[in-house]
Order: sequence, then structure tokens, then C-alpha cells
Amino acid sequence: MTLAVFFGCAFIAFGPAFALFIFTIAKDPLRVIILIAGAFFWLLSLLLSSLVWFIAVKASNAEDTSLQRGLLIFGVIFSVLLQEVFRYAYYRILRKANEGLAAISDDDSSTISVQQMAYVAGLGFGIMSGAFSMINILSDSLGPGTVGIFGDSQYYFITSAFMTLALTLLHTFWGVVFFEGCEKSRWWVIGVVVTLHLVVSCLSLLNPLYSGSLPPVYVIMVLMAIWAFFSAGGSLSSITQLCSRRMSDVNSS
Amino acid sequence: MGPGFAKWIITVAFCWLIQIASGNSVEQKIYVELNNTVPCVRLLNATHQMGCQSSISGNTGVLHMLETDSDLDIILRTGPHAPYMVLMDAGFFNSSIMLRMKNSTRIAGVAVVIPNSGPLEGFSPHNTCPNQHTGVYSDSYGPRLADCNGTIWNRLGNGLSFEDFKFPIFSLKDDNQTGVIRKCVSDHNMGVNGSTPAFPLCAMQLFSHMHAVTSTATCMRRNDIQNNYSLNPETVCDPLGDYNVWAPLRPINSTEKGHKANESVVVAATRLDGRTFFWDIATGAEGTVAGFVTLLAASQALKLTARQAPPPRNILFAFFQGEAFDYIGSSRMVYDMENNNFLIDLENVHSVLEIGQVGLRRGSELWLHTDPVSRRNDTSVNTEVEKLLKNMTSVAAALSLSLAEPNATQPLPPSSFQRFLRSRQIPGVVLADHQSAFNNRYYESVYDNAAYLNVTYPSDLTPEEQLVFVTDTAKALAEVATLVARSLYLQAGGEDSQLDNITADPNIVTQLLYGFLIQSNNSYFRSLTNPEDKSLLESQAPQYYVGVPITANTIKRSTRMVQYLLANYIGNPTSLNQSKCQDPSGMPGESKELYSYLWVRGANGSEPSPFCVRSTVRRTHAISPAFELKQYDSQTYSTWTESRWKLIRARIFLVASHELEMLTLGVGLAVLLLSLFVTYFVSTKADLIFAPAQESTGTAY
Repeated sequence: MTLAVFFGCAFIAFGPAFALFIFTIAKDPLRVIILIAGAFFWLLSLLLSSLVWFIAVKASNAEDTSLQRGLLIFGVIFSVLLQEVFRYAYYRILRKANEGLAAISDDDSSTISVQQMAYVAGLGFGIMSGAFSMINILSDSLGPGTVGIFGDSQYYFITSAFMTLALTLLHTFWGVVFFEGCEKSRWWVIGVVVTLHLVVSCLSLLNPLYSGSLPPVYVIMVLMAIWAFFSAGGSLSSITQLCSRRMSDVNSS
Repeated sequence: MGPGFAKWIITVAFCWLIQIASGNSVEQKIYVELNNTVPCVRLLNATHQMGCQSSISGNTGVLHMLETDSDLDIILRTGPHAPYMVLMDAGFFNSSIMLRMKNSTRIAGVAVVIPNSGPLEGFSPHNTCPNQHTGVYSDSYGPRLADCNGTIWNRLGNGLSFEDFKFPIFSLKDDNQTGVIRKCVSDHNMGVNGSTPAFPLCAMQLFSHMHAVTSTATCMRRNDIQNNYSLNPETVCDPLGDYNVWAPLRPINSTEKGHKANESVVVAATRLDGRTFFWDIATGAEGTVAGFVTLLAASQALKLTARQAPPPRNILFAFFQGEAFDYIGSSRMVYDMENNNFLIDLENVHSVLEIGQVGLRRGSELWLHTDPVSRRNDTSVNTEVEKLLKNMTSVAAALSLSLAEPNATQPLPPSSFQRFLRSRQIPGVVLADHQSAFNNRYYESVYDNAAYLNVTYPSDLTPEEQLVFVTDTAKALAEVATLVARSLYLQAGGEDSQLDNITADPNIVTQLLYGFLIQSNNSYFRSLTNPEDKSLLESQAPQYYVGVPITANTIKRSTRMVQYLLANYIGNPTSLNQSKCQDPSGMPGESKELYSYLWVRGANGSEPSPFCVRSTVRRTHAISPAFELKQYDSQTYSTWTESRWKLIRARIFLVASHELEMLTLGVGLAVLLLSLFVTYFVSTKADLIFAPAQESTGTAY
């Protein structure tokens, strides 16, 4: 019956990403291309950072646990910085390619705004990083065993799934905020994104306290969601407008 | 099928992604692999399958420790977590409990913790009448003695080795890993004050899926179909078998097979193998080792005298492999003799002296078993048997050993000699330490080990000191070996006056016992074997289960060991160098037809001084004639086969409760549906939510 855990965790981790893809990406080929390219850029960053990490581990003394711990922290920080560098590189390329992208699309109506690009690219980053953090765990969730024989929490799978969910969405929000920062040359925005990314990633160093790192990550996620909402052009008035419309719909019916 | 298939698809689909991450740390958090396990595997004969197997994806069950009868009740009737994986101490591993489990559907598998010494009351998983249907006694030969009607040889036999279990049974050594399992069970599966324990529970998974089913006839037919029609044939079972080791005292030309004129041979036989319930553990101390060590020591004792005053008849030392499985080795040699495929034929066999179980004499007498039917039917046989008995009694008297004959109507115990009698009325004696039923309380079981044979050493000795420490068992077996050697010499027509020169050396016997029961990697065995044969010696007790050849050329370690030792004992060193030792043709006085040549390390102190040994020792296939004749349902010959398998594996882990699993699935579905709904809603209203000046994006919810 561990098939239930597998599907449960898969739905938790990738359900929102799947829904976003279906309703906002899949209809538009240009967005699909940007999403895939974004995922590819994230992969490139992972490739580079894992290369550095691999060399560092091979070159160091494997017995020295404190050194290995230090290398791990270094690896996390290095990888986060590299991901953000690639995010910036991807932004530059997308800006450059924007005219070309407009040219290949058939009609003018489907050209894409910077905000849209930011969202799609961020989701591409998020999906790929989510896949990498979850696939191994998912394959082991098929069972027959569950985590815990060495005293670990038995909620490991479900907390990992929620962590992946948060990470996917965070990457999306970061994408939106980051691109806006680049667009308007507000470098402190980029600084905040990088810092938050570092904070979230370093929370995983608290493991094996898996559930302990969830609340702060979700707090950060909610804050980022609000920020991204406003930077994407949302406003309180638009929400009240929407609510009142709904209310009036309800009243009229 | 459903979930299994889906699981398979998913596993394959994500295979490439899994491979990206090497050294899966999540798996290490979940599973503890158990390395020191030995499974019970499926064996087949002409009519039955027996042994154990798991399902193809392994059997999983919640562990329950069987410690009291109430545990048995929980496992078999009342426990809520069926099917159970039963962890038991060897004390519960008996036929009544195992047969109750066999008939229950609430058992996923059994893990038995095997201690070093067996239960006092004895334990034998073999049946009460070993090799019942392939011995000499049948409806046409001594019908009143058939089927152990006269004597129950193995009274304690409970027949577990011949049961077919639908679940896997593994044995565990009592070591650290067993401690890990016990801790896991006591931490997770013990309810407070006898209440039902809460999830997560400790569980075990055992993999031992067997490919062969039903019987040897069926699985050999499937082998043939595979071999004939499949591009990459997959064998499902292999015949048990290995090699017999034998050596005539005087060389016999091997180019001509069949009857040899003017050759009269006394066969000195013993068996080389044993078995247990579990696959590859068979230490067979009393059942196997005591016998062949005695014969090896006897051959060594005979050598000098046989050269100085050669007896008129020849002596053939024969070590039969696979005797535990319906006399594979001896039936093959007799078959070869009948078909003129051996150096000599049955006409050349003057008489047979077989060494049975002789290690548990414990001060009392040895017994000379003879065949009442041939003695009654044939007066000349009877005369020869009387003569042999008289010879042995006179030898024993000089050694102050007491020999006795059981009741004249008692049949032969299970012995290779029976296979000779099936073909020809040959006079012969089986020497054993039991009058009727075996003295061996652990016949063909894991407890028939060095400790049972009293091969134990003072605790403060180093391995090399243990090697040369003369145990009481070694002294006793040396006496038996002297008796055997002198009896053989007399039986071969040697002079009485030479007998005093034939004495087996307890120092050699004790080293043999150490090598064959404690560890074969010792300085004595090293000096008598080829140093380049790295895989020969091991740092543990050799196992004597005959097994199946892994490749066409593999030979069991114990077989090769016996071959080397016998060659050293009855052969002579030569001056040939290493390359000439492999092919001495053309050298004066050397002949590959008469002799075989082995390169051995030798010993000069601790330094090697290698040389080439010339001896008459040879080995021939010990594969049952049934497979030669393709009579897979043969009633005459052994038809034992061992099933093949892909994976033998055992691991423990925790399993989560059904509620938690369902909760995870429910939360997952809720998250999926909620996000679908919210995203759909937001994306349709995106124009309204986000400022019209900036075009729509669907950022989150």
C-alpha cells in the first residue's frame, strides 16, 4: 500500500506546479519554450556546482567530518549563488531574445511581457529543482519500508513533499521579483532574493530536523507570494474589485 | 498484479533519474541489509519439490519474536498485523511448530537464529530413514528390511528438509546483526503491557524466489526447451554433483577401461558430503568429516609398509561425493564400472570396507555392519565376510579396541556399500560407532559441528598452536584409522608380521580435524597444496553440501583439499619442476597414464620448498547417472536438482500505518485539486487581478 504514499507525495510536491503548467503555460508554445529553457539553465547551474562539489570532496580528506561538514555548507552556498548567477544570465538572454521571440510568434497578440517571462522562467527553475530534490525520495517512498529505523521521523516523506512544494513556488516568486529588480535596476531586490534563497537552502542544514525547517520556509514563501503578487501588477484594489464583482454576481443571481 | 505492475512501470520510468544520484542516502535511512544470512532453497527430486521460496518481489511481514506459546497464538490466530515474519530461536525450529506455520496463511517468512550448539534432546531435519528408496533393500532384495523396517537409523529425524514451504526461511548467525534486529523489534513491536504495538512497526523482507517448480522431470524438461529454442537460455535447475576422489594404492593404467585381468581390489570407501536444512551450511563433523579424516589418516599410515612389503591385492581409496542425496557418487562409480568406463569393473572388486560415522565412539565399542541378505544367499560371500570380520577383530584385539557385530538380521546402515551390493554380491563391512540407530543426535543438521565432535581447544592457544594440539577426538580417530589401515592391509593379503609398522599418527589426525572443521587456511594445509590455488583455503570451517558446479570446471573446495591430501599421503615427491609437473610426458619413469601430478608448496620450517607430487589420485564426475541417461524420474538413481534463483537478500525496516499512508494520499489529492481549482480561477480572472496596464500573468494564487 505504499503506492498511496508515492502518489500522495507526488501530488503534494508537483500538484501546484502541474496546475500552473496546465492552465497558464501549456496553451502558449512560447511559454513552453521559455519554461523548458529555464529548467535547462537551472540544470546547467547544478551541473557546474556539482562539478565543483565533486572535485572538492575528492580532493579532501574523507575521514575529517568537520571538514566535510564545512564543505557541505560551502557547497550549498556556492550552489545557491551559482543558481542566482544563472538566473541573471537567463534574464539577460531572454531580454536579448525578446525581439526574436516576438518575430517567431505568428501574431502580435501572443508576444510576451517581462512579467510573464519572469513567471514562466521562475516556474521552470522551480520545477527542475523540485524534481531533483524529490525524485530520489519518491522512488524510495514506493516501499516497502518507511524512514525511521535509525530514529528519524516517520513523516519524512510528507515533509519532504511539502518542502519541494514550497521550493517550487519560491523559485517562481523569486523569478518574478528578481526579473523586476533587474528590469528596474533595483539591486537591493536582487540582494534580498539571493539572501532569502540562501536562508531557505541553509535551513536544510538543520536536518534531520525535517519538520523544523518547514514553518520558516512557509513564512518566507507567503511573504514572497505577496511581494510577487504586487510586483506582477496585482493590487489590493484589484482584489476588492474582484470580490465585489463576485458579490454582485451572487446578488444578481 | 495491479499495484505491482504499476510499481514496475513507475520504477522503470524513473530509473534514469535514480541513476543520476549515486549512493542513495534515503535508502540507507530506510533499510538495514542483513549480510550474514543463509536461506533455505528449493531442491527437487523425481517426484517432489522441497525447501522454501519467497514471491518474486520478496516476502514482507511485520516481525514478531516467537518466545512463548502465546506468541505462537498471536502469530497464527489473533495478531492484527498478519502476515507475520517470525523471528525465532533455534529451540522453536521443530517440526510441530514449522508444520503449523506451513499450513497457515498468516506467515510471510521465518528467520531462525542459529546458536553454536544444538538442543540437548537432539535435532535432525533429515528423515528417519536416509536414502530410503535408493539403497539396496527393496521388495526384490530383503523385502523385510526395506524402508528401514528392521532398524530406524535416524530416530530423531523430523523430515523438515523434505517439506515444501511456501514462504522463505532464513538462518541468521547469532551476532551483531541479530542484535540490531532484536533491538528493532523490542523498540517498535513490543506493545506496552501486552497491548497491540503502535505503528511504525519493524518489518523484514526476504527475497529467495526460486525458478524451478514441481520436480526434476519438469525443470529438466524446461531446461531442454530453453536450450533448444531460446537465444539466451535460462537454466531453471541444475543436477547436484561434484567429483569423487579415488586412488589405487598401486597404479593401474588408465588408458584401458573395464575389466583388468589379475587385478583384485579392496575398496576402502567413505563419503565426502553432508547437508542441512539451509542451503550452504553443512559442517557435517560426525556425519562426514570423522569418516574421511579416518580414511585419509589410514592411507597415510599404510603408505610406507605398502611400499616395503606390498600386499598381493590392490587397495582403492574412494571418497564419494553427494552421498547425502541418494548416493550420487557411489552410484555413479558403480554405473561407470558396469559400463566399462572405470579403471576396473565390479568383478575386480574383492571386498569393500566402508567407514561410516566413527567420531562418537566415546570409549565404547565400534560396530561392524554387514549385509544379512547376501551372507544368507551366497556362502562364498559369507565366508569372505567372516574372514574380513575375523581379520578386523584380530587387529582390534592388538589395539585394545573392542569391536562388535550387531544382530545378524540387521540390515546395513545407509552406506555407499549398498550401491555396490545392488549390482553384485560383494563381501563387505561398514564400520560405524552405532549399533543400530545413529549415535549422532544432529544427523545432517547445522549442529553437527566441531564442538559436537569435541574438537575444542584451550582458549589461550593461537591458531597455529591449536593446529598441533592433539585433542582426545584426534587420538580416538587415530586408533580407528590404525584399525582401518591394518585391516585393509590384511584384507589385501598382507603379512601379519608387518602390522606393527602400520600406525596412524594422532598428530596428523588432529591437524586434519582442525583443517576440515575449524579453518582450512592453516600452515599444514598450505604446505600440502598448490600455493597458486588461492581460492582453495578459507579462514572458516569448510562446508560439505555437495551443491551444483557454478561453471563446468568448478570443483568443490573440500574435494580438491581431499585430493591434495591423499596425493601427499600415498604419493611420492619427484624432482620435476613446475612446468614439467603439468606435463611430464617424455620424462623417464613418469607416465600420465599411471599417475597424476600435483604441484604443492611444501614446507621447510615456514619457508616454502615447492615440489611435484606423483600419485595415483584421480577424480571423476559424481553426477548421477540419471542425468546421463536422461531418466529424470528414475527410481534407481539420484535425481536431485537445485533450483536456480536471481536474488537472495534480507533486510529490515519500518513500515508505516495504513492510516498514515492514506492520510498522505488524501493530503496529496487535496493539494492537487485545490491548486487546480485556484489556478484555474486566478488564470481566468488574471486580467482583473493584475493591472490592465501590465499584461496578464498567472502568478500563483
